Amino acid sequence: MHKDKIKIIARNIRKQTVSLSHSARIAHLGSSLSCVDILACVYFNALNINRKNVLHPERDRFILSKGHAALALYVTLAQKGLFSPMLLNDCGQPGSLLAEHPIPGSIPGLEAATGSLGHGLSIGLGMTLAGRIQLYDFKVLVLLSDGECNEGSVWEAAMFAAAQHTENLVAIIDYNKWQATGRSDEIMALSPLKQKWSAFGWNAREVDGHNIEEIAEALRAALNSKDAPYAIIANTIKGRGVSFMEDDNNWHYRIPTAEEVMLAHQELDAQ
Amino acid sequence: MRNAFAGELTKLASNNLKIVLLSGDMGNHLFDKYKVLFPERFYNCGVAESNMTGIAAGMALAGLKPVTYSIAPFITIRCLEQIKIDICYHNLPVVIIGTGAGLSYAGLGTTHQSCDDIAMLRVIPNISIVCPGDAMEVRGALRAALNHNGPVYLRLGKKDEPLIHKIVPVIEIGKSLIIKRGRNICLLSTGNLLPLAANAAENLTRLGISTQLVSFHTIKPLDETLLSDVFSSFQLVVTLEEHSRIGGLGGSVAEWLSEMPPQHSRFYRFALPDVFYKGAGDQNHVRDYFGITKSEIVQQVIKNYRNCLGSGDDLQNAVQ
Repeated sequence: MHKDKIKIIARNIRKQTVSLSHSARIAHLGSSLSCVDILACVYFNALNINRKNVLHPERDRFILSKGHAALALYVTLAQKGLFSPMLLNDCGQPGSLLAEHPIPGSIPGLEAATGSLGHGLSIGLGMTLAGRIQLYDFKVLVLLSDGECNEGSVWEAAMFAAAQHTENLVAIIDYNKWQATGRSDEIMALSPLKQKWSAFGWNAREVDGHNIEEIAEALRAALNSKDAPYAIIANTIKGRGVSFMEDDNNWHYRIPTAEEVMLAHQELDAQ
Repeated sequence: MRNAFAGELTKLASNNLKIVLLSGDMGNHLFDKYKVLFPERFYNCGVAESNMTGIAAGMALAGLKPVTYSIAPFITIRCLEQIKIDICYHNLPVVIIGTGAGLSYAGLGTTHQSCDDIAMLRVIPNISIVCPGDAMEVRGALRAALNHNGPVYLRLGKKDEPLIHKIVPVIEIGKSLIIKRGRNICLLSTGNLLPLAANAAENLTRLGISTQLVSFHTIKPLDETLLSDVFSSFQLVVTLEEHSRIGGLGGSVAEWLSEMPPQHSRFYRFALPDVFYKGAGDQNHVRDYFGITKSEIVQQVIKNYRNCLGSGDDLQNAVQ
């Protein structure tokens, strides 16, 4: 898909995500907005996932390991036509299957339930190895947060993937420099993140996580990786797209008011 | 039990191409034959049980039937959240094999003892917990686990335990096996205490107390049909397990009893106390230390049976 179209899709995902955070009373908006451009590229440019193949054993797979960005994923899957956007109205309501963190089997296209950090990469690695065993060539993309890289299990998975040369596995790290209660580089010595993944045996590259061309190009390279898994370190801004949310960690937990939703929409429409 | 598991899995894997064996850097030479026959369906996942458990979930989500293997404490509570979220929340057909359960590897120290695994796993929805009583039951339980469409924890002992069954019994998850029928008391044994329970049952019978022996291999789902039956027909029902008295078989039965109308039978739990064993010594030594011995079982059963009957004279009469 043409880059300009992806940019429009990303804008629509942002607008709907902000609205949904307000109506569903669901937080983690900053974390959702930081990965919207990545989600748009993954679903509308990189992976072979659509309404017809969503249950096919040879489909590509995407796992949102940073499950707290579920809102952005729900909106993206609805935009992709995997389920009716009408369902989004139900999001966050008592008893709804669209909860703050994804529920297994809740909507088509949701490959794994996540929410506790440090689980998604291992699950994605298991899917990749299952593909190898069954002689399928599907790709598996896993989106992690930088705070998530605090978890030791991420690095267990990283070492094992490298040992197995799982070239069909891609990890994207949404490096927005914040975690729940502070700067991610101050809480744990994450930096230099790209070198860490390289040292763990992965092909790694750093991109501007809000530049559609750069993300698309990195994903293309990652999906053609040879002999090793591929890590994309996406430098992002938490709350990206709404000036009063950008790089302000209060939006990890804050829910926008109706007025703030309106202001956010105005800003996004002007971009 | 270990060797029976490896042998049976190798047999089953030739017919079921979905079976994948994941080992947490355990089972040196145990899987040599399996590895030669199915190299593409074996992964040594290293000393990284959390990752291995997540991998198993991913494989199951992609249509395979993974079996994870390590020493009981490391394959259960070390990676408990992966079992809970990745496997059980998704209700995936993964078989988790914990070897050396209870005090089997007591000689390796408290770190390698697993007397809390049943309690830790039992509260997680969707999981079945099966503790085979001998190597034959291991084979039957593995067949059942691999046919089961959901998570199963198989709790194994070590190797060279005495055999109770002559042939492989058909194991149905949640349905206990009556090893020997009796009239006065009923011993419900789970897992690797079965040979000891069998010896105790024999001893009690010789003393004139007609003793029924049950291999209560499945702790979850609980065999409520059998419990209803034995609690309404025996004077004393005793559970035996190499596990903490908290949250294991005895705990499960006590919970079940609390929700039932008063039962005919008295109930006694034979289990490990709520303490760590600190010291050297093998399984037999630690069993002795905690009173998990034939004579102690016989003594406790007689004492409790006497209480059921009310007086020593009745017991004498009953014994005669």
